[in-house]
Amino acid sequence: MSLLECKDLSLGYEGHAIVKDLSFSVNSGDYLCIVGENGSGKSTLMKTILGLTAPLSGSITTGDGLKKNEIGYLPQQTLIQRDFPASVREIVISGCQGRMGFKPFYSQAEKELAAKNMERMGLTKLADRCYRDLSGGQQQRVLLARALCATQKLLFMDEPVAGLDPKVTAEMYSLIEDLNKKDGITIIMISHDLGAALQYASHILHIGNRIFFGTKENYLKSEAAGSLTAREVQNA
Amino acid sequence: MLEKLTEYLQFPFVRYALIVGVLVALCSSLFGVTLVLKRFSFIGDGLSHVAFGAMTIATILKMKNEMPLTLILTIFCAILLLRAGQNAKIKGDAAVAMLSVGALALGYLLLNLFPTTSGNLAGDVCSTLFGSTSILTLTKTEVWMSVILSVLVVGIFVFFYNKIFSVTFDESFAQATGTNAQAYNLLIAVVVAVIIVLAMNLVGSLLISALVIFPALSAMRVYRSFLSVTICSAILSVVCALLGLLTAIVAGTPVGSTIVAVDIVAFCLFALLGKIKNRG
Repeated sequence: MSLLECKDLSLGYEGHAIVKDLSFSVNSGDYLCIVGENGSGKSTLMKTILGLTAPLSGSITTGDGLKKNEIGYLPQQTLIQRDFPASVREIVISGCQGRMGFKPFYSQAEKELAAKNMERMGLTKLADRCYRDLSGGQQQRVLLARALCATQKLLFMDEPVAGLDPKVTAEMYSLIEDLNKKDGITIIMISHDLGAALQYASHILHIGNRIFFGTKENYLKSEAAGSLTAREVQNA
Repeated sequence: MLEKLTEYLQFPFVRYALIVGVLVALCSSLFGVTLVLKRFSFIGDGLSHVAFGAMTIATILKMKNEMPLTLILTIFCAILLLRAGQNAKIKGDAAVAMLSVGALALGYLLLNLFPTTSGNLAGDVCSTLFGSTSILTLTKTEVWMSVILSVLVVGIFVFFYNKIFSVTFDESFAQATGTNAQAYNLLIAVVVAVIIVLAMNLVGSLLISALVIFPALSAMRVYRSFLSVTICSAILSVVCALLGLLTAIVAGTPVGSTIVAVDIVAFCLFALLGKIKNRG
């Protein structure tokens, strides 16, 4: 049984489909990169899987004991957040909110979980700092720690390295790789960075004019990868 | 001056005014932080105009207590505005503008078409818009309603504090991880409607936004966590309201605008404080 299975999905807005007949599945421990041109429907796909928008047709099923609220999500930063007065601790623990139900306040268990995830992301010293005073890479780690409070199984990332400098980008990628390899957390990532996608991912989903889903090895042999430059193929 | 103040405090209506003033200031500041951060401040502004329109309808119908009808109509519009923002056929801000200006115009028109007994139309309108003296003419029923609603608002804020934080900071994350963000948005809109109707007595419908926005913005200059910003803006708002009320009573200035003036001074002080703190 796979963790997440999408069958014959059609995606789009107001009846106008951007993507048609999309089927793929994600197994526990996979590292899936979703690539494709701007406007090909990557973000819409993510929103659909997260339950933020409804698919036009098709089905999304979760398996392997994965509940709908156990998907961790690392969104792109919004404008609101750049100016938001909140401490790192407050933001990280808000990741526990989904499991709280109607319980109004965090218990010791949630506080410990938040502390553990801050430690994991190297944020312990920054816990009382204000989010808007942090660097881009630090902010991204805060949001990652928050996502880890929401899940132990599946992390969804929307261009996690957008706007980061090369050094921080590399750190971010190795952090994500650790989560995947050491902690066994399944990763689904939207990426513009095809080179990195080919370097780290186990599976590739290419959407756009041609749709491809399969392992990285098969992707490199496929036609969808035809547009890749020689350098990108070599680096993979 | 102190003598004058103690003399005034003998009057029940002055004490009523102080009680309601403090409560309204407290409620409006709590949700102010969320409204400012969610970029919802314009909804507060729009709703206050709607409340004016609703109030005129209650006046024309010669209702003894205008609050219930005003409350219901304003809550209804709050829900309507929120839905409009999501459907995006008419964009959120345009919908707010339409509704608020419409309510303002229709309210004034209705008052002119169906004049009430007092015969002082300009005075009535001015009082509803700027709240000049209505805080000093509260009846006991109105005071009790204000107290109950305020307790309710504060209770809701405390109970849902953590959820309001997550929905404010990142709506899509909250939604994706199993929090019903839409429901909380609705809750926020309804509570804001209640606050606005409450605050109409204190500062009048045109100045309500100031009461909601200034304390939150002042606190954000200096403090750096959500909790400290919330606490600071609540305290600041109450202090400013008290100072403004007392000044207005002693100096005989209009209550609403005096409170807002104190809020503006506080904002300047906090902005300065924030600059100094950042440098140091």
